[in-house]
Amino acid sequence: MEIAIIALPLIASIISGFFGKFIGDRNSEIVTSFLVTISAILSAVVLYEVIINQYQDNIIIAKWISSGSLDVNWSMKIDPLSAVMLVVVTSVSSLVHIYSIGYMSHDPHKPRFMAYLSLFTFAMLMLVTSDNFIQLFFGWEGVGLCSYFLIGFWFKKDTANSAAIKAFLVNRVGDFGFALGIFLIFYLFGTVNYSEVFELIPTIVDKNLLFLGININAIDLICLLLFVGAMGKSAQILLHTWLPDAMEGPTPVSALIHAATMVTAGVFLVVRCSPIYEYSELALNVITIVGMSTAFFAATVALVQTDIKKIIAYSTCSQLGYMFFAAGVGAYNVAMFHLFTHAFFKALLFLGSGSVIHAFKDEQNINKMGGVWKKLPYTYTLMIIGTLALTGFPFLSGFYSKDAIIEFAYLRGNTTGYYAAGIGIITAFLTSIYSWRLIFKTFHGDYNNKDIKIEETHESPLVMLIPLIFLSIGAIFAGYTFKELFLGYGGINNFWQESIFFLEPLSTDHPPFWFLVLTPILVILSIPVAYYLFVKNKNLSNQIANVNKPLYQFLINKWYFDELYDVLFVIPSKKIGLFLWKFFDIKIIDGFGPDGISSFIKKCSLKANKFQSGFIYQYAFVMLLGFSALLTFLIVK
Amino acid sequence: MIEIGLGHYLTLGAVIFTIGIVGIFLNRKNIIVILMSIELILLAVNINLVSFSIYLNDLSGQVFTLFILTVAAAEAAIGLAIIVVYYRNSGTIRVEEIDNLKG
Repeated sequence: MEIAIIALPLIASIISGFFGKFIGDRNSEIVTSFLVTISAILSAVVLYEVIINQYQDNIIIAKWISSGSLDVNWSMKIDPLSAVMLVVVTSVSSLVHIYSIGYMSHDPHKPRFMAYLSLFTFAMLMLVTSDNFIQLFFGWEGVGLCSYFLIGFWFKKDTANSAAIKAFLVNRVGDFGFALGIFLIFYLFGTVNYSEVFELIPTIVDKNLLFLGININAIDLICLLLFVGAMGKSAQILLHTWLPDAMEGPTPVSALIHAATMVTAGVFLVVRCSPIYEYSELALNVITIVGMSTAFFAATVALVQTDIKKIIAYSTCSQLGYMFFAAGVGAYNVAMFHLFTHAFFKALLFLGSGSVIHAFKDEQNINKMGGVWKKLPYTYTLMIIGTLALTGFPFLSGFYSKDAIIEFAYLRGNTTGYYAAGIGIITAFLTSIYSWRLIFKTFHGDYNNKDIKIEETHESPLVMLIPLIFLSIGAIFAGYTFKELFLGYGGINNFWQESIFFLEPLSTDHPPFWFLVLTPILVILSIPVAYYLFVKNKNLSNQIANVNKPLYQFLINKWYFDELYDVLFVIPSKKIGLFLWKFFDIKIIDGFGPDGISSFIKKCSLKANKFQSGFIYQYAFVMLLGFSALLTFLIVK
Repeated sequence: MIEIGLGHYLTLGAVIFTIGIVGIFLNRKNIIVILMSIELILLAVNINLVSFSIYLNDLSGQVFTLFILTVAAAEAAIGLAIIVVYYRNSGTIRVEEIDNLKG
């Protein structure tokens, strides 16, 4: 049964990918959706078993590499951590599959799309269920590859192609660090299996290594290298630039890959490696700082963006920052909790925005929307639910997870912890503002689209709305239902068991009351503020933007990260590339290599050609010359 | 009065031989001239053979000469036949226009 969870998406992908032409569009949609849905149901059964019976297992599917001391298996590790990820991945994936049937109804390449989605699901499942770093890396690259395919799905669009390449390249930077981390683990321990590595970690606490001329603690180095990989995949600041561009892909892809599952792989990695990270104070502080910087940075950028999907993309980036600083302050279970709830409400928001985009016939600029909440009642309601959950409105799922993150950051009790808590509260406020800005600009105010009449906007078909309804149920109840289980307040149960390791048990204190209510109050207050700014008195928000022109420009250009990278990396490497192409390749390699030899031979043969005049008397003459030369030679000799 | 010896015969043979050679590749007109030049070369060789035969008192040189004359006659006949056939096919036997061997 467990193996079926992994195998079904792969089978679905193969059927739809290779035989899509023969079985037709409709059948490949049905087959993929059906198989992935079964996989989701089985995952839910596994999670249930894990919760009720503390079921744990490590199923070896096949031997993969056995060379010297390197022993790697294809395996399926079932423990609380992977069971939670299984449910998140397969449930969101199956809903996205079903949603895609409606969303991609006008697309000519449906089987290919469904095959990619299923293949992605398979790779993601390989990632989360592995029991060693190599299979993890396989899944890691597999999801990266599928992400590349799906961002560039509309391959006729130049922007989509370059966005796909950008995502791939930026991820290479992270993967390089990740690979180095795995090499280092193998170098130090001679094994890549989690259980053996985690057992051996305490034995090298005092070991130092020389890396790039710096003497650094071995565990710190492992953690930092692995975290570089996590930063790339989870779009943390410095390596985040690919995520907003990735919105060029179809919206279901954004919901599945760039919100709910793949981008959380980095968080999953850190949590999975908690037995390593617990021994590295330095790495945890780095994670906290990177996480909170990302959370804050992305939230500020999201405030001014005008593309509905980019706003949500930056929001994802920001929420991932939350997860990271939760992990950074040692509250891995809280990070997982936020990952879990975030998957539902962010997928809901993305799919909802897809529904809006569908209604406006592929318009994504929120300044060209507005006033359609009566026309799109279901989408509107569902988006509101998603927004409430995202902003952490009391008693929806985001409320439990996000507030828990801020609390645990506060309870960490050190400087980074307090900073993180402060930034967390500010970011929560900003999150609320930009989310409501999106809602108000999209659904309220005047209708601003000149291309489509308001009568022409239409509610999405049922096949798109039903997944949204399921997700909204998750967005509302996931927090309340699972908070006891995931957070284990008061230590009533130990759901995570050995899958998450704490060097010291998490603090069970509670922060002061004023601190607890601060965030919800800010979040609730932000709704009327946003309403006033973006509906009632639009001039005010424009005025604020005009008065703070430099700041506004700074934000709308995304802190000039792309421009900075252009100057630092893109332009120099382009110049080097041009030089190598124009000078080294064309002039030297080709000049002396193939082109040179061929032109030399051509010249010689043109000369030799003249000998073959076709006149018999010339041939006879040459024969005679040759004969006399030969004769002379023989006589002289 | 000079005595005509071996040297003179050989010189005559060499001169005729050279005329034959030069006739082959200086000739721009007619392929029959080439055929004639080849005959000249063969005759030059014959003169050499005969003169050496007398000089060395060995008859086999003269016997060989007779063979060569026979072969030369046969060769001339075949060569002329080829030229006739060639003329029928391509309508010309001008040396400058025969360059079918050119690649």
